[in-house]
Amino acid sequence: MSGNKEEEDPRINGIKTKIRVVPDFPKKGIMFQDITTVLLDPKAFKDTIDLFVERYRDKNISVVAGIEARGFLFGPPIALAIGAKFVPLRKPKKLPGETIFEEYELEYGNDRLEMHVGAVEAGDRALVVDDLIATGGTLCAAINLLERVGAEVVECACVIELPELQGRQRLKGKPLCMLVEYR
Amino acid sequence: MQSIVSSHHLCFAPPPPPPVLGHRLICHSLPSIRLPSHRSPTSLRLFSCAAESEMAAAAKEDGQDLRIPKIASSIRVIPDFPKPGIMFQDITTLLLDTEAFKDTIDIFVERYKGKGISVVAGVEARGFIFGPPIALAIGAKFVPMRKPKKLPGKVISEEYSLEYGTDKIEMHVGAVEPGERAIIIDDLIATGGTLAAAIRLLERVGVKIVECACVIELPELNGREKLGEAPLFILVTSDAA
Repeated sequence: MSGNKEEEDPRINGIKTKIRVVPDFPKKGIMFQDITTVLLDPKAFKDTIDLFVERYRDKNISVVAGIEARGFLFGPPIALAIGAKFVPLRKPKKLPGETIFEEYELEYGNDRLEMHVGAVEAGDRALVVDDLIATGGTLCAAINLLERVGAEVVECACVIELPELQGRQRLKGKPLCMLVEYR
Repeated sequence: MQSIVSSHHLCFAPPPPPPVLGHRLICHSLPSIRLPSHRSPTSLRLFSCAAESEMAAAAKEDGQDLRIPKIASSIRVIPDFPKPGIMFQDITTLLLDTEAFKDTIDIFVERYKGKGISVVAGVEARGFIFGPPIALAIGAKFVPMRKPKKLPGKVISEEYSLEYGTDKIEMHVGAVEPGERAIIIDDLIATGGTLAAAIRLLERVGVKIVECACVIELPELNGREKLGEAPLFILVTSDAA
């Protein structure tokens, strides 16, 4: 998947062609990677999930953490297929009850990611899922949250990577698995 | 059992009788359980021993899906969230219970597979957790219905009322086509405002709403009435406050 070109799984090209690029969204200069068009193609969506499930099913993953909101589209199907619990990582004030938070930087200012206390236990082996990795700020916050409660983050999994933004370097040494690069 | 309920309900869609705990569930009622809301200050378990034994009794009745009491008991109620007086139905604890989550999806999939449903629409954000697994299993596309300004490109939007003011949900232009058959998924139906807006959005582009499906209903808020012709299928009912 994220490795050699020669070994690229034939399903990947089918997924790549379904991703829609929307120029100047949310603002001028940004080429937005829209995965909703992948979700409209049952085969492409199934292939996306299958590729991740095949990779993780024998890795003893007990937690799939998905980042709001597009991580919620891919995380739960993976979690269900590999028998892991699904833990939503959310914007502030969405999760009821006791939460812990991790701050991360935006282009202008900061934001926060929250997780429920008690959702993840020390010793849990975790996968972090989002649709895309850009700067890696959100994923790094997710890794921090999970590590703070004693979980081991095994890998981060994203459908798309924007390699020029070097997000891969911000994952505290954790490996990244992605299906499609956009340069 | 489950399939008999499914086909009857989808064809004729009469408003079902309110499910009552402890009563025999008859063939054309919803396979749901009404549970008392329960203050659960520290633990993640929702229900008291009394409620659990009532559920066990109901589970032995003919026609009762044994998975449903377990699903119901995996839901956590958080008092006074997001504001005092509201008993918030927290499904995140259901997602932590791998069997309960799988059972939840399986029940919906068994109901909707093979019914010519080509669209599963899910309302942001908790509808995104339940909708895609159902869509994948029945071979339908998944269409996210989102808060304003989240979807890139061309969208259509529908306004709906809140307690104070209004909000909007949006859907991509071209995501669905006239004549498609859809189900709409959310974790919970309260007043029905969001679901009603989702129905209007899809109907505006010529889609037929086969059913709305939620894990939880708060029947005292009468959300069902806002859904017009669209039937509602739920697994668990609970008191609002």
